[in-house]
Amino acid sequence: MTQILNLTINGTSQDIPIDDPRATLLDVLRERIGLTGTKKGCDRGQCGACTVLIDGRRINSCLALALSYDGAEITTVEGLAQGELLHPVQAAFIEADGFQCGYCTPGQIMSAVALIAEGEAGLDPERVREGMSGNLCRCAAYAGITEAVLKATRAMNREDAA
Amino acid sequence: MNLFEYTRAETLDAAMSAATEDGAILAGGTNLLDLMKIGVVNPTRLIDITRLPLHDIEEHDGGLRIGAMVRNADLARHPVILSRFPAVAEALLSGASAQLRNAASTGGNIMQQTRCSYFQDPLSPCNRREPGSGCAAIGGETRNHAVLGWTEACIATHPSDLCVALAAYDAVVEITGPDGLREVPMESFHPLPDANGTGPAPLQSGEIITHIRLPDSGGMARNARYVKLRERTSFAFAIVSAAAALEIQDGRIVQARLALGGVAARPWRARTAEKALADQSPTEEAFARAADLALEGAAPSGDNRAKITLARRIAIRALTRAAAGTPDRLPALPASVFEGDCNG
Repeated sequence: MTQILNLTINGTSQDIPIDDPRATLLDVLRERIGLTGTKKGCDRGQCGACTVLIDGRRINSCLALALSYDGAEITTVEGLAQGELLHPVQAAFIEADGFQCGYCTPGQIMSAVALIAEGEAGLDPERVREGMSGNLCRCAAYAGITEAVLKATRAMNREDAA
Repeated sequence: MNLFEYTRAETLDAAMSAATEDGAILAGGTNLLDLMKIGVVNPTRLIDITRLPLHDIEEHDGGLRIGAMVRNADLARHPVILSRFPAVAEALLSGASAQLRNAASTGGNIMQQTRCSYFQDPLSPCNRREPGSGCAAIGGETRNHAVLGWTEACIATHPSDLCVALAAYDAVVEITGPDGLREVPMESFHPLPDANGTGPAPLQSGEIITHIRLPDSGGMARNARYVKLRERTSFAFAIVSAAAALEIQDGRIVQARLALGGVAARPWRARTAEKALADQSPTEEAFARAADLALEGAAPSGDNRAKITLARRIAIRALTRAAAGTPDRLPALPASVFEGDCNG
């Protein structure tokens, strides 16, 4: 039985017919919407490559049954930049060299955006590392990732103050 | 993953009528979908309870009543949890990742399955997955298996951190089913295995966990900690863990709570140790005696004798940290052994 799934993805509301209820949110984003920025790594909630924001909160989209999130607002890595202007977290990952192969990077960036919004890590590198521990990097670019999150936090604090 | 029929429950009654043998309750999905992907559970119907009104945390008789759908991250950040049940927050924040804690629910945390690798492998005999088939873990890789309350039928441990802290605080699980309401203490909710199998299912057909109740923590609010030994300092299950809470007046322990994790098929409440601590001074000697009592009867279920020593040390450390007082802000690495405030 086809069920209609409504999602607002990066600001655009869409009705998506779902024939197979097994589809995860990750599958829908990649296979149905064509937003392949969100990556499938382990597909078991262990690596964080599939991290997206649901109603502003970071989750593993590989363990999210799509139908269960009917009506949700999803932000993927494609929804961060404004035209050519990168999101401060994206810019900071480039400046701080927060990646090598890049496969985990969309998940790292989405997780970092949420971590900064949660506001609990601040500029404490230990709290940043703990807060980012749900995102594995097989290239071990962790030093650059931590620096990128700290840079982005400082940049966004300045924006807030301005 | 097998094909299933998906329905969203609009009422608790609808959820109960659907929560029968071939149906599974979907809450956060972080454990259920994972187990379905690897073929360990194969429900033909999924009943989504995420829209049921079970998302609130209410103050209740000096304690809290927590809806089963409250997400782990929200529970860990709740002001009353942080101020009066800090070991619950520390346990939650020591588990999984921020992404998983945003999805995983309170009821789902309690209902999560063992991480025994033989349970997770559908090709291995497992009395927990397939009653009567045997136990492939015995004689296998057992360093993460039970040292208390195990039998030849099953040596699995329950992986939850939250449940260990809940058991220490005398939490009660509220269950609704076809026969009405019933309540079960957290510490005895998960059955221990018997000689033949893994014990009765914690929930009967049609039953659903609706709330968890935490009674008033009284004088223990600011002397409570959770300590968790794991193979890496974040995003890993416990090898062993302990939740400790103390009420200390005039240098004497009025009451003590101690529960161990990673050692048995349920959070292991150490009541004999608690009794022995009453009216004692909070000294290293008293905590060492209590830890000995907590591990009384412990026996390796394989190549895991080290867990007995480790659990004893972690119990002492949790009690020592609890006596020192809960910090105003939880440490950057919650429940980490690398805190440097005590030896053991």
